[in-house]
Amino acid sequence: MGELAAFIILACVTLIPAVVVVTSGNIVRSALSLIPTFLGVTGLYILLHAEFVAGIQILIYAGAITVLILFVIMLTAGGTGTRIRQVNEQVPLGAMAAVWLGFLILLVIFRTRWPYTATPAPQYNVASIGTAFLTDYVLIFEVTSLVLLVSLIGAIIVARREE
Amino acid sequence: MLQYAWVIPVLPFIGFWWIIFAGRRAPGQGAYVAIGAMLGAALLSVAAFIEVLRGARYDASVVWATVLNRPIEVGYQVDPLTSVMLLVVTVVGSLIFIYSIGYMQGDLRYPRFFAYMSLFASSMLLLVLGNNFLTLYAGWELVGLCSYLLIGFWFERPAAARASMKAFVTTRVGDLFMFLGILLIFLQLGTLNFNEIFSGVETGRLAGGLLTLAAVLVFGGAVGKSAQVPLHVWLPDAMEGPTPVSALIHAATMVAAGVYLVARAYPLFFGTPGHEALTVVAYIGGITAIMAATIGVVQDDIKRVMAYSTISQLGYMMMGLGVLGFTAGVFHLMTHAFFKALLFLAAGSVIHAMHTNDIKQMGGLAKIMPITYVTMVIGALALAGIPPFAGFWSKDEILLEAYHYDQVLYALGAAGAFLTAFYIFRMIIYTFTGSLRSHPAHPHESPRVMTVPLVILAFFSTVIGLAGAPWWDNPFHHFVRFEGAEGAAFDFEFALRSTAIAGLGVLSALVVYHWRLVSAASLRRAFGPLYIAVVHKYYWDELYQYAVIRPVVWAARRLRTFDVYVVDGAVNAIGVVFVWFSRLYRVFDLYVVDGVVNLVAWTAKTMGGVLRYGQTGRPQNYLLIIALGVIALVVVGVIR
Amino acid sequence: MHVGLTHYLVVSTILFCIGLYGVLTRRNAVAILMGIELMLNASNINLVAFNRYLAPGAVGGQTFALVIITLAACEAAVGLALVMAAYRSLETIHVDEINVMKW
Repeated sequence: MGELAAFIILACVTLIPAVVVVTSGNIVRSALSLIPTFLGVTGLYILLHAEFVAGIQILIYAGAITVLILFVIMLTAGGTGTRIRQVNEQVPLGAMAAVWLGFLILLVIFRTRWPYTATPAPQYNVASIGTAFLTDYVLIFEVTSLVLLVSLIGAIIVARREE
Repeated sequence: MLQYAWVIPVLPFIGFWWIIFAGRRAPGQGAYVAIGAMLGAALLSVAAFIEVLRGARYDASVVWATVLNRPIEVGYQVDPLTSVMLLVVTVVGSLIFIYSIGYMQGDLRYPRFFAYMSLFASSMLLLVLGNNFLTLYAGWELVGLCSYLLIGFWFERPAAARASMKAFVTTRVGDLFMFLGILLIFLQLGTLNFNEIFSGVETGRLAGGLLTLAAVLVFGGAVGKSAQVPLHVWLPDAMEGPTPVSALIHAATMVAAGVYLVARAYPLFFGTPGHEALTVVAYIGGITAIMAATIGVVQDDIKRVMAYSTISQLGYMMMGLGVLGFTAGVFHLMTHAFFKALLFLAAGSVIHAMHTNDIKQMGGLAKIMPITYVTMVIGALALAGIPPFAGFWSKDEILLEAYHYDQVLYALGAAGAFLTAFYIFRMIIYTFTGSLRSHPAHPHESPRVMTVPLVILAFFSTVIGLAGAPWWDNPFHHFVRFEGAEGAAFDFEFALRSTAIAGLGVLSALVVYHWRLVSAASLRRAFGPLYIAVVHKYYWDELYQYAVIRPVVWAARRLRTFDVYVVDGAVNAIGVVFVWFSRLYRVFDLYVVDGVVNLVAWTAKTMGGVLRYGQTGRPQNYLLIIALGVIALVVVGVIR
Repeated sequence: MHVGLTHYLVVSTILFCIGLYGVLTRRNAVAILMGIELMLNASNINLVAFNRYLAPGAVGGQTFALVIITLAACEAAVGLALVMAAYRSLETIHVDEINVMKW
């Protein structure tokens, strides 16, 4: 029962700020609302026994990306006033699409018979993930590194002030 | 060495192209090119002549085409007749070319003149070198073309343009007969090679009336080219060309081509039954000789006197050939080429000084132009037939042959000889003695480039006849001869008679025009109707005007009417029909074809106009569509 | 009642749809990026949940999630750099005003 209670609390912590993120007229409030959402997701990872992923989630999402977004908001101050209309004209259509898609996905989820394996929750550790990265998934690891490097350089070049 | 004889016509041919393309940039504005080529040809001709003298002969052919399984060969030969002609053409030609430098000085189309002259020389050499009728005919037509171009060289003058056309068309009439004759021979014997034709005549494969017909038809070409009666009318008018042209083409070489043709095809004429064809040749020649001589007496244009003289002398040559005097005819051809070229060039010198052709306006030029005077008198003596000048030997021989063959022809010839001496000295007296009758003129002796060729030609005119003189066993007779037409031996008494006739002519001219013992007017009255006929040139031109030109023009007018109303009408009717068809097609085109094309374009445009609204340029619209698409896919997946 | 795979999938679906709504409706490019982050988080929850319940012996789902986190960081860096560049040249970060591709 404790697990279910924790799950419900974490789901609420995740979803309610998420709604604020997409609806708030204040862009700064939206950005700040991202933090509880990310933290809620982190909690869900812990519930799923994925502690390493949870750690990375806090480091990158809650730490880096949120700060980055706040910086950009600050630097593009001209486009972020609360008086400025923040939504476009396809709100009804977008909402409808989102609701219908969610409904359909839920429908699919409930109609699907998942092949559960009745195994007790295993104890994951960082060592096994690291081993997987450097053995089975080494190619993905390398390519990802490359993408990271390229995007780093690309971001610097794109964002650099024109001489 | 004779196998290289083909180089002789090629040299002037190269000269022709060089001058045509280089124009005034060619050495000496083309004159040096032409003269160089001609001198080269002359040297080669002399070399060839010496070879032939030593007994060498050459004859070679290659198959050019095959018609009706019969090979048509072209080739060239060098024999005594050809070598003499080569010599005459190139030597006289070279001298005339040199003379032309002075005569044509400052002419508007100076290089073109030399180009045409070179082309003419090349064609003439081709004509005489050919060993078959095809090559000969090609050269024949080419010299006709050059004659046309050179008579009409000053085509700004309407008279020259008309004269060139007249010459071309008149000779074409003769050429047509010649062509038919050649065709007849080809159909009968299947060859155009002279030697094969002659052997065909000898073996009787072509004989009787057909042979006579072929020979007379071929002679038709010679009549046109050599200005024999009745196709002589073009030559006097041809004097509209520059004087060197008259000297080279219309005195020395091209007009002699007809004589050459008869001489070359002599077995053809000789083989006819009873020498029928030769009789035709002889009578045409005799009539021409006397008729042209009488007209020459009343001409006042210095060049026309020469022209009628040329016609007359060509008549003598024909007569000589016709009366079985093969050697005499060819001999007269050679001597005539030299002394007539001399006379023409001297006349050109006079014209150059006086700027007029009318001898009545000249006079007293003997003191002003001594070289021209002396050389012209030599030429006149040669023409008149006074020994020892060239004309005497050849003309005496012709008269001798005629005397032995037919008394009528002899009478014609003798009368012609008298008249020849008369009219040429009439001209000399009018031109050179007395006093100048045209006061505005300031005559002067011609430059050396013109007088030197005169002197050289005068030298030749004096000595060349000795080649046929009896004292050294008559070398020309042994060189150019025809079996069966050897001719009579030299007859001293007869020669005296010929000389007497010529002397009488000269004397008469002196009596009438120099000493004026008998007035020309009284002579005119005495001859009355004959004089009128002669002045009108026996009405030949009028005859052609009424008998040929008017009917032809009339027929042309009728045919034009037919053309305009019937042929054009038919064409126009077809045109109208097609215009209507095309109008129908136009409607079809406009509304159906264009309609389809426009429909396609309109469809594409309209669809584009509608579809472009889908391209908003806003990613979020696209994203929404993607989301809806995903929904649709999921719906499809769920329903299935 | 046990917390099962379905619970996590429902949460992730809702989060994904919220993110989609944000992406479809916000004018601000930064806000659109936030929506995208939400959607990426939803997919990450899915991956980790599937790893936990359907293949507990393996770590494929978690490694995949880690790769996606990395790529999300890249995407955020490049995307935000583009926003900066667009803002500098066009003086706006509203995507409906950045319409030079428009007909």
